[in-house]
Amino acid sequence: MRVKRLLLGDEALALGALHAGLSGVYAYPGTPSTEITEFIQGAPLARERGVRSRWCTNEKTAMEAALGMSYAGKRALVCMKHVGMNVCADAFVNAGITGVKGGLVVVAADDPSMHSSQNEQDSRFYGKFAMVPILEPSDQQECYDLMAEAFRLSEEVRLPVLVRMVTRLAHSRAAVQTGEPGPQNALDPDSERTRWVLLPGNARRQYAALVARQPELLRRSEESRYNSLVKGGPLGVIACGIASNYVCEAHPEGISLLKVSQYPLPESLVRDLAATSAEIVVVEDGQPFVEEQVKALLGAGYPVSGRLTGRLPRTGELNPDNVAAAFGLSNEDGHAPAHNLAARPPQLCQGCGHRDVYAALNQVIAEYPNARVFGDIGCYTLGALPPYRAIDSCVDMGASITMAKGAADAGVHPAVAVIGDSTFTHSGMTSLLDAVNDNAAITVILSDNLTTAMTGGQDSAGTHKFEAICLALGVEREHLHVVVPLPKNMEEITRIIREEMEYKGVSVIIPQRECMQTLARKNRQKKAAQ
Amino acid sequence: MKTDIKLAGVGGQGILSIATVIGEAATAAGLHLKQAEVHGMSQRGGDVQSDLRLSTDPIHSDLIPQGGADLILSMEPMEALRYLPYLSPEGAVVTSSRPFVNIPDYPDEAALLQEVDALPNVTRMDIEQVAKSLLAPRSANMVLLGMAARHLEILSPDELRTAIRTVFARKGDKVVEDNLKAFDAGYEGLQ
Repeated sequence: MRVKRLLLGDEALALGALHAGLSGVYAYPGTPSTEITEFIQGAPLARERGVRSRWCTNEKTAMEAALGMSYAGKRALVCMKHVGMNVCADAFVNAGITGVKGGLVVVAADDPSMHSSQNEQDSRFYGKFAMVPILEPSDQQECYDLMAEAFRLSEEVRLPVLVRMVTRLAHSRAAVQTGEPGPQNALDPDSERTRWVLLPGNARRQYAALVARQPELLRRSEESRYNSLVKGGPLGVIACGIASNYVCEAHPEGISLLKVSQYPLPESLVRDLAATSAEIVVVEDGQPFVEEQVKALLGAGYPVSGRLTGRLPRTGELNPDNVAAAFGLSNEDGHAPAHNLAARPPQLCQGCGHRDVYAALNQVIAEYPNARVFGDIGCYTLGALPPYRAIDSCVDMGASITMAKGAADAGVHPAVAVIGDSTFTHSGMTSLLDAVNDNAAITVILSDNLTTAMTGGQDSAGTHKFEAICLALGVEREHLHVVVPLPKNMEEITRIIREEMEYKGVSVIIPQRECMQTLARKNRQKKAAQ
Repeated sequence: MKTDIKLAGVGGQGILSIATVIGEAATAAGLHLKQAEVHGMSQRGGDVQSDLRLSTDPIHSDLIPQGGADLILSMEPMEALRYLPYLSPEGAVVTSSRPFVNIPDYPDEAALLQEVDALPNVTRMDIEQVAKSLLAPRSANMVLLGMAARHLEILSPDELRTAIRTVFARKGDKVVEDNLKAFDAGYEGLQ
């Protein structure tokens, strides 16, 4: 039975994957990708079929486990935000060399305009780098439809397939026509060792085979129903994924529109468009991935414009206004901006344990003008903003500990790291081992709220294991402390921070108190169950 | 026919529940719908907004163009003002009167409300007070939806009432009744 459901782009991807016979989803939470895995975790069909869906420790463990499931012949999905691609790049790129058995689909959700991110890198470059097919849905219906296509394609060309999302599609809802669930693959482990054992001799052969397969990937892209050319006038427009919606919304007159939702870039369609157009405008969310390739394809003499030429803004996401402006159209003027308006940035919740951690840290740090505090990624990054202004850096998952160590190596003292529990297991444990092995003079504050809070309270991989982990990594018992971050304990906490900042080795302080949001949700669920 | 709505508020005020009810009503009525939401970091006490587009014809963009919104629907008066450049010259503003002050530089309340009242087409009410007086303090957002119903030609009040029943059904009869009462109070403009 075909039914219509109101779904977020993320949810449509998830349902599409389930209906394509998914056997396992592997993911670490990250905005704007989190809802894909959450949808599968809550789906009755996934429960019935025993689809594996627990959160992974990080994107690399997720990618590798999914590759293992694919090796065993079953269909696996990996989901992450764009910067997660950096974490799993080793596994992702080499999965292009080994190839896959069961369909392996990797969803990377990009965040143009950096709504919840530290950069706006474009994941399509990773797909090209690994030389694998890329699909880029333009609306919620395509999100659902192209998952079946992605798994089929992956098995036919025996390669991972990258699906590129953007925030606006991930978090926008529309009605989606859904179909019937298809069967799951049977267990059928591969036994072709020369493909999977990437010793140089095998790897060279595999890489040559991957290169040799590129013309086929191009042909499939040129014949794909997700790439379409509609001729209508002398102005050539190439619009990728969601960008095609903004072009249709602006409906400039006299254009020929090439919509691209499958890569490698369909070169024959681009040449066809160029042959009947006087110039080409490239409209794409993210970085000028297609624009650069079109310029190379058509040569310096052919006029191509887009983000590189300033026709569209070089940074930030597309929207109906900047796309209309690129065609010399302007939307209606709205009301003038208001006068009585102030910025309202996000902030730590009232009663949050991170607040008490920063209050204590700031009190001690005030006594040490040379101290530096290296932050990390999570709700507690908001400690950079007023009223705390407590951290000096935030770069990537786990960087707090290793940057503090490097700064301590250079002579910074005190060097303090602030890292959350989920970020610590994601990428901080190896950093701590480096620090212990070098006996670096750093103080690590592992602020444990028993959840992955910023993305909405997903389970955290190390809950109730942090003392054991730190001890096992070699942190000395007398320099490992667990405290409860509450105002009434301020004296104890500040005393411990002060003492450990004076210690010339690795100390770890674990302020431990459950996230207010997670606790409130559990209480509501308990009440509802009564 | 199309209606573009900018929903606004502060993280945690429940604007997504309003969107869910309108979305349910629109789907039941066979309308096309796109609803861009904000998830993630900005939900932590920051400004949040959602673009809700309803139409009898297919909708392309998930986002509302500048000057294109028919309605700004806001749980907080300053947040209503934030999106004025998106409001069409004939557009309406329906907002809560009560400031949510969680920043040190919140504007002067009297000046703020004066600016709101100077808009050509504005309805405001202390929705939290109304919800409290109805003994349904958690339904302030449905008071706001009731106020908005007078501006939503594309959906009838009865279609919205039915959607409230559907959306809140799993939370029990009391929650459904509270929300319907709140909706009606907003619709009738009861102070």
